[in-house]
Amino acid sequence: MTISNEIIKNHGLKKDEYKKIIKLLGRNPNLLELGIFSAMWNEHCSYKSSKKYLKKLPTKNKYVIQGPGENAGVISIGEDDAIVFKIESHNHPSFIEPYQGAATGVGGILRDVFTMGARPIATLNSIHFGSPDHPKTKNLLNGVVSGIGGYGNCMGIPNAGGEVKFNSSYNENILVNAMAIGHVNKKKIFYSTAKGENQSVIYVGSKTGRDGIHGASMASAEFDKNTDDKKPTVQVGDPFTEKLLLEACLELMKGDSIISIQDMGAAGLTSSSVEMASKGNLGIKINLDKIPCREKNMTPYEMMLSESQERMLLIIKSGKEHFAEEIFKKWDLDFAIIGKTTNTKKLVLNYKDNQVANIPLNALSTEVPIYDRKWKKSIRPKKKNNLNLEKIKILDSLKKILSSPNNSNKKWVWEQYDNTVMGDTIQKPGGDASVIRIHGKNKGIAATIDSSSHYCSAHPLSGGKQVVCEAWRNLVSVGSEPIAITNCLNFGNPEKEIVMGQFVECLDGISEACTYLDFPIVSGNVSFYNETNNKSIEPTPAIGGVGLIRDLNNMVSQNLKGINNLIIVIGKTTGHLHQSEFFREVMNITDGPPPEINLFNEKNNGLSLQNLISKKLIKSAHDISAGGILVTLSEMCLSGNIGALVKLPNNNINKHEYLFSEDQSRYAIEIAQKDRSAVCDILKENDIFYEIIAKTQKDILELNNDFSIHINDLKKLNNNWFYNYNRLQ
Amino acid sequence: MKSSVIVFPGSNCDRDVAVALEKFQIKNQMVWHNDLSLPKSDLVVLPGGFSYGDYLRTGSIAGKSKIIKEVIEHAKNGGLVLGICNGFQILTETGLLPGVLLRNKDLKFISKNVYLKVTNTNNVFCTNFKKKNVVEFPIAHNEGNFFANDNLLNKLEDQNLIAFKYCNNKGEINDEANPNGSSKNIAGVLNEKKNVLGLMPHPERVIEPLLSGKDGSLLFESLLK
Repeated sequence: MTISNEIIKNHGLKKDEYKKIIKLLGRNPNLLELGIFSAMWNEHCSYKSSKKYLKKLPTKNKYVIQGPGENAGVISIGEDDAIVFKIESHNHPSFIEPYQGAATGVGGILRDVFTMGARPIATLNSIHFGSPDHPKTKNLLNGVVSGIGGYGNCMGIPNAGGEVKFNSSYNENILVNAMAIGHVNKKKIFYSTAKGENQSVIYVGSKTGRDGIHGASMASAEFDKNTDDKKPTVQVGDPFTEKLLLEACLELMKGDSIISIQDMGAAGLTSSSVEMASKGNLGIKINLDKIPCREKNMTPYEMMLSESQERMLLIIKSGKEHFAEEIFKKWDLDFAIIGKTTNTKKLVLNYKDNQVANIPLNALSTEVPIYDRKWKKSIRPKKKNNLNLEKIKILDSLKKILSSPNNSNKKWVWEQYDNTVMGDTIQKPGGDASVIRIHGKNKGIAATIDSSSHYCSAHPLSGGKQVVCEAWRNLVSVGSEPIAITNCLNFGNPEKEIVMGQFVECLDGISEACTYLDFPIVSGNVSFYNETNNKSIEPTPAIGGVGLIRDLNNMVSQNLKGINNLIIVIGKTTGHLHQSEFFREVMNITDGPPPEINLFNEKNNGLSLQNLISKKLIKSAHDISAGGILVTLSEMCLSGNIGALVKLPNNNINKHEYLFSEDQSRYAIEIAQKDRSAVCDILKENDIFYEIIAKTQKDILELNNDFSIHINDLKKLNNNWFYNYNRLQ
Repeated sequence: MKSSVIVFPGSNCDRDVAVALEKFQIKNQMVWHNDLSLPKSDLVVLPGGFSYGDYLRTGSIAGKSKIIKEVIEHAKNGGLVLGICNGFQILTETGLLPGVLLRNKDLKFISKNVYLKVTNTNNVFCTNFKKKNVVEFPIAHNEGNFFANDNLLNKLEDQNLIAFKYCNNKGEINDEANPNGSSKNIAGVLNEKKNVLGLMPHPERVIEPLLSGKDGSLLFESLLK
């Protein structure tokens, strides 16, 4: 078969790239080989547009055991305990088939974590949908939420929340980012690098079917009007089999027969075999007759490119195969010895006594084309001055914000996810961060996912910085020490200078904040081409942060704890309303600059709050983010069923600006009156700007000389949106 | 007291319930679904989860599994059996408990804390609820909508075989407090001999204050008496 230009194009390869393939092989590739190149050279697997910039990110601190480049990142949390975590996107498949797309997104990220020997202990997700009135949104929201729940609930891993957002830039490109966190003994971490020649290559898990062929290539291109035709590229999930795979792998990992292990995720058998062998500087030989197939007459091309789920590739010490076989049989899973490691540094595939592919591994790894794409710098937009806000009622604005889709209570979503299974969920979804206990111990981890696409869109550099700080602040708010992050970088088409500029500058911001806060990136994923008919999503880096709570008795939550306590705002309010929820929801103003970040204040404020928490002076804490002081305070009231009387401090800031601005690096804290001087002394000592703004009281939230409302009324407004939107007709 | 927790391949609350049993000094063993015999036990627990994936009707394959014959025998001899969530679904499939568990009324998985009224405290699982008979447990299920025909419902009421009903925080049993559409707000039932209990809520997830409550302890403490 000759390879026509059309075939090359259908494989997502450029002409120059094809020429490079011929040069690397010293001959024309056959169709199977072309498919393998296409799978390894696409953006999703090769990071060819992003590599240059990813290299610049900080990836180390004293807790990091494993940074980017493995199935997931690993951090140490004291004693023999380590935490394995990663986030990954499943955007394109979820738009085409929301239930299966989201479900297999969860399945894939869980495999990344248990591949390393860790038992998953929590999942989180960041999901973004188009405008609620767009005709596709309701179906996508319901499908994605059911899919996430369907997979995680069956696996029995608590869902620790995350974020759900709406914005018209996602109308034709939703985002589904799933994060998984696992716990492992530091001494029993498994890696993907193959070691030693002539060791057995073992295939375990589900059979290979014809689903998901070229899924990774599909995720490396824009959508157009023919998107529906891509349904067959979406994988179908089977969480029950994944549960078996999890238990079987963990059981086998107790012994010493595994040399290395890698899940078959994007680009299936191709990427797993290539990555394991090339990391180990070895070759690999596979006999495709041995692959367990779901259907008869599957071709080598289909076997190598299928993205059927719930499969793993293992390198087992020669002579120990039977240990593995016994365990996988016990769990009713397929088990096949499909090949050997070799010293040839080549991928060699045999099928029916013929050699059907022979590719030097460096051609699929180190020789992948890397692009230094052109990009455009963005300019920080100017503020609009002289807006007359006086006539706008504070209470009406608060109600409008609290009942808007983006600021409504997300209970409708969380209640479809099992979040208490495993018996270690200490803080459920809905707070600043969720808290999961380390089984059998009195320590725990805090986890959050954050993104701020409006900020990133308005000014990528500030936005990138802000989203890291937001995650850091959320972790501080629950009493944890922030340790490290994983990032999912969702952008449009990198071949466009504006999009590439957004990427480069967001990453600069992320890098600056991570470095300053000693909050490194240990794993992550890039998702480009979130674009349909030339319209790109807002740049959306999602940051998944993990923090450590050494003693769960020092944990803090955001719900108010009692009446007659004081509420203090830590951090300075200047009145920055651009890109705020108030401007967007109430004033309909969407332009202008995002708030700026002062990293010194960010760190100083956070460390001082940690200090107060360690001295047990804090009753509750909540970071002040979207919506500003009044929305933050309302959330504390609603979750605690306690009211508050707000008195504005004497300053020169207009009250709308004071109550709704989204200045960064601020927290609202609740303290007992008797602790007032102790708290204020510590804040003063550390040069922290603070203002006492309210006193807690029964049932009523009120603003002196302005409004008063029963918190039950506010709660209804805050709870209703999702239920009304999704009511069965 | 000795217990056995049956582990089906898709069980996912097996560890949780084992932790709870051990916390209350019940000596527990895990029993694999393919085993042919049950170790000597006073109590057998069928844990929550997705026994064999539950792609078919929930609990239906587990109801025909190898070990289940032994569990039925154990129950018939008067041994205690506790089925939680998927375990309850399995018990209705085996016929050890009456009724069926249908898909939730709103067709969504529901995971949240609910209030329960303990409507029968004269059985070995529930004696400790005499001191507190409105309790808060989490539920986490897709098929928890208990259904029985009127004859059966009358029989359950007449013979006092309903152990738990969904209620509000004041103990009032009404439609608003019914999360999944269950007939008569039923959350848990007993067999006639009252040695088999099945319930959808998860007592094992609320056994200490850090886990947003410890009402579940009352059930395990009852077993010790």
